[in-house]
Amino acid sequence: MAALIQVDGLAKDYQMGSTLVHALRGVTLDIAAGEFVAVMGPSGSGKSTFMNLLGCLDQPSRGRYRLGEQEISQLSSDALAHVRNRQIGFVFQHFNLLARTSALDNVALPLLYSQLALTERVARAKQRLAQVGLAERMDHHPAQLSGGQQQRVAIARALVCHPQLVLADEPTGALDSRTSIEIMALLQQLNREGITIVLVTHEHDIALFASRIISFRDGVVVEDKANVPNDAAALLIKT
Amino acid sequence: MNLAATLRVALLALRINKMRSALTMLGIIIGVAAVIVMIAVGNGAQARVEEQIKSLGSNIIMVLSGSVTSGGARGGSGSQPTIYEEDATAMMREIDDIQAAAPTLRASGQVIAGNANWSTTFYGITPEYLEVREWPIAEGRNFETTEMNGSGKVVLIGQTVAENLFGAANPLDQVIRVRKVPLTVIGVLQRKGQSMSGQDQDDTLLMPINTARTRVIGVTQAKSRSVSSIMVKVKDGADMTQAEAHLKELLRQRHRLQPGQDDDFYVRNLSEILQAQEASSKVMALLLAAVASVSLLVGGIGIMNIMLVSVTERTREIGLRMAVGARGRDILTQFLVEAVTLSVIGGLIGIVLGVSTALLIAKLAGWPTALSATAIILAAGFAAIIGIFFGYYPARKASRLLPIDALRYE
Repeated sequence: MAALIQVDGLAKDYQMGSTLVHALRGVTLDIAAGEFVAVMGPSGSGKSTFMNLLGCLDQPSRGRYRLGEQEISQLSSDALAHVRNRQIGFVFQHFNLLARTSALDNVALPLLYSQLALTERVARAKQRLAQVGLAERMDHHPAQLSGGQQQRVAIARALVCHPQLVLADEPTGALDSRTSIEIMALLQQLNREGITIVLVTHEHDIALFASRIISFRDGVVVEDKANVPNDAAALLIKT
Repeated sequence: MNLAATLRVALLALRINKMRSALTMLGIIIGVAAVIVMIAVGNGAQARVEEQIKSLGSNIIMVLSGSVTSGGARGGSGSQPTIYEEDATAMMREIDDIQAAAPTLRASGQVIAGNANWSTTFYGITPEYLEVREWPIAEGRNFETTEMNGSGKVVLIGQTVAENLFGAANPLDQVIRVRKVPLTVIGVLQRKGQSMSGQDQDDTLLMPINTARTRVIGVTQAKSRSVSSIMVKVKDGADMTQAEAHLKELLRQRHRLQPGQDDDFYVRNLSEILQAQEASSKVMALLLAAVASVSLLVGGIGIMNIMLVSVTERTREIGLRMAVGARGRDILTQFLVEAVTLSVIGGLIGIVLGVSTALLIAKLAGWPTALSATAIILAAGFAAIIGIFFGYYPARKASRLLPIDALRYE
């Protein structure tokens, strides 16, 4: 399969007070379209920095990043916003839903920035909510939903613009183990439908649901191995 | 992000923080309402003052007889009678801006009633006189046409004269002697108080001009139609300077004065009062503008304050919006629209409140208020501008956040 992500010598330095922190010291790797990658590593290993660069939320200090056909490190901030809107979906540890805003409006949020008419926005958001099994709860506010349901709303939001890539930053970090497996089952299902998923986690058993595990330490990749993924859906039926 | 969507997002955000939005709007509401009410009350008061100044005679031009020079000594005004009753009629006929012109004959002397006597000034007048001076009769009646034309032996007296000749007694139908001529009192004029020059205007006595001419003062044949002065009232809203110029031109023409020859009459008016009035209304307008800008400014600062708090509080929201594809300018527009929406809604409520308060004041307190469309439009426009002006800084601050920093903000 063609490489969706190509990074070459990717590095990021931060100025923390008077010291320069080398968060990422040169990472070179490819991720093919349709892969399910888990990124692991202790805190401070550079995995989050790597994710932020992949998500076009931050610009690298050095190195190159190619997403699909586009050289990302050359883009303006407006162009980056467009890439985030059209090609990338984000899932966060703490869901990051808008408070006191209905599930439907939360899911439709990215569409606000994509020049679609109101009716089209609502229709797409409803379709995505149905896909994550929350069609009945589209008028509920985040506070009226369980953690798992909130993360499903967040996943529906990540999918609503038909991205090629979903970046999940500790998506199960705030959930109990059974709900975590439910969320992983959902992500695996999306992956089977052709969406490339990059997942950051520090939990080994969560990483085992991915088909490839990349480990970071001190800003460099220390291990990059294929994995035979556990089937989350099957696990759910068993327990 | 299109405007309809932005507006929807803004309204949603404002609804989520109902209480805070309402309190923020309150500043603008009070500002706009205060401006409207203040200007309405100010205009009303100004109109009333203008009316009062007018009654003092600011729209009156006095035409006096000229002076004569004999042996190098220049006599004072009126030393030679040069203006005539016909000049007054001609003015009314030929100058549009003139509402009325009242020729008067003036003399002074002793008046006697019973055993009381009093020295006063008396005037021979035409029916225009009371109109020009806006001087109503307190008791009794006005002259009748037959009395006017036929030198009737009747007289109207001022309050001061009435008090000095009759005390508390009723002066009506009493006979008084003016230079030995017996005249019947048919009415008493309303109290007018002091003139601008400090003269007691109520110390006077009015009789038909023909009575004065033929019976009381007695004028020589040559000056039979001459008068001491003509009091000219200019129409409301007409230009005093222009009316005066026309009047001078007419008189020069009628008196057959060659170009270069001096006027044989004097013209006086109370234009100083008019100028003072103009100056005072300018000060009034400035004062109102100052108060207006202060109250609206305070409202605007309130909006900026709240928007800044809102930007800080919603940093994570801004980060999220950026993560899902909002550009800096989308964020800028969103916060700007929120601020403008706040100020426009506040402005509209302020207009309603201001107009109803002004009407209520007029009704309950009995103050004259004059609602001005200009003030309303100005206040509303100001409110919107303030929304943009004070909303811009917080909005720009929000739009300049880096997505990663905003998203990580705790």
